[in-house]
Amino acid sequence: MDHFLNRYRNLGVLLVAVLVQLVLLAYQVRNDKEIRLIRVWSVGAVTPVARVLETIRSSTANFFGSYVVVRDAREENKRLQHELDEARMENAQLRTELDTAGRAQALTVFQAQTKMKFVAARVIGNTTGSSTVMIVDRGASDGILPGMAVITPAGIAGKVTKVFPGTSFVLLITDPYFAAGVISQRHRVLGTLQGGSTLTVQNVPNEQMVEQGEKFLTAGNEGIFPRGLPVGTAAAVREGRGTKEIVIAPSGFDHGLEDVLIITEGVHAAIPEEALDVPIVLMPPAPPDPGTLNPLHPAATGPMSTEADRITDYYRELGKQAGYDYGRGGPVPNFNRPLAPAGTTQPKSEKGTKK
Amino acid sequence: MSAASFSFSDSSRKKNRIAQFKWITIAGIPLVAILYQVYTPPFFSYLAYLEMPLLVTVYFALMRRSPILGVLIGMGIGLAQDSLSSNPLGMFGIAKTLVGYLVAWASLRVDVDRSRIRLALAFFFYVFHQWLYWFIGSSLLGQSLAFSFWQTLALGALNALVAVPLYHILDKLKVDQ
Repeated sequence: MDHFLNRYRNLGVLLVAVLVQLVLLAYQVRNDKEIRLIRVWSVGAVTPVARVLETIRSSTANFFGSYVVVRDAREENKRLQHELDEARMENAQLRTELDTAGRAQALTVFQAQTKMKFVAARVIGNTTGSSTVMIVDRGASDGILPGMAVITPAGIAGKVTKVFPGTSFVLLITDPYFAAGVISQRHRVLGTLQGGSTLTVQNVPNEQMVEQGEKFLTAGNEGIFPRGLPVGTAAAVREGRGTKEIVIAPSGFDHGLEDVLIITEGVHAAIPEEALDVPIVLMPPAPPDPGTLNPLHPAATGPMSTEADRITDYYRELGKQAGYDYGRGGPVPNFNRPLAPAGTTQPKSEKGTKK
Repeated sequence: MSAASFSFSDSSRKKNRIAQFKWITIAGIPLVAILYQVYTPPFFSYLAYLEMPLLVTVYFALMRRSPILGVLIGMGIGLAQDSLSSNPLGMFGIAKTLVGYLVAWASLRVDVDRSRIRLALAFFFYVFHQWLYWFIGSSLLGQSLAFSFWQTLALGALNALVAVPLYHILDKLKVDQ
């Protein structure tokens, strides 16, 4: 017996080690639970060192950076960058509101509307074996809870999956297990954003209209992201088997992913009617100077004339000059010909062609 | 001791030598390797291909030449890596346990100080580890993990090329007997 044990001691230890881990795996998968204590210890042991390393890295980078950049300018740049990020967030909210409500009303609404609460966090590493789960330096002690949305000023970035006392794991939108409800801005098509090396929107029937370049926003139907946050634009759209194949170019990573915002209190926003890529004009254009007549609008009769009135007047005058009676037929006048001064008629030969 | 014991050639004596390390080295180097895996990729994405915990597992299992120690080192590093991942505990653990055992088993049959052998072992066990991890994830846990054979071979070659100078540096940490 001793001989047998000695002979197979190494193999026995290997089998026991593998078996124990298999049981551990089976327990976690079957019960959908995890051995939290081990993770807390490991994260607790590693993250302080990672934090120190990150501090050393950023300090060193700042130190060398200060040699080439004037200190005040650097501070100013930092402050302006911060303000710009804030302004982008406000701008996204503002656009959303401006599109759905009246402009003046939307401004008022927006001022009272920025009720979302954030916690700013810094990425200090990523988890082993995956580049799509990041570790951020905010955790339960900062009020972070699993399932909270993580965004950047440019769009959504991911969601919190695990929370530890001083750190959290963030599942990025590029992870294959990431999914969120989205809605297209122009055609209001609902779909499911599916993570992966290529982001796609799933479950959109072929019959529904989605255009290339159309923006997608969060639909707010999965309980993680508030409605109306930018997701990205449709980089490619084609018909598939029953459902469309839509590839999304995410907007959240446009400016890197070193600093993120964790939404601790989200507020739903309405989806705008159309993307506002043109500057927002809050006042109507100034009226033309009195006495100035637009050649296209010769029959403008007063300040209350609408565009349709002016076009009708224009064609009526043109028909009158060419001797054409609308509704009774006859030679079709040349509509491309400029309107003659009032009181004159077009020569018969140039009136038009006989039908 | 029999006469046969004294008739070992120089190379076979070298072949049977067990390297000694301080405990701080055995505990600290894997921690540094895991920290590297956690900390480096977000800032230097081109270094993400280096599987440092695996290279360290292979090194210690190779130099200690004890299958039991290989199992324990592999399991320890693997579980630590698991606990810092978002996957269930045991995926890296099982893969590295088997790697640790097999490397230690192989170390009893080859001259572990030769660079070419280290290069070949690092390459082979990288590919084996990646395949095993993929197999555990996809077959046992039903995860949709990607496994590209040619890419794994290329990354295995890169890891092996890094392993040789790395092991040379780690050799300096050996304690003289």
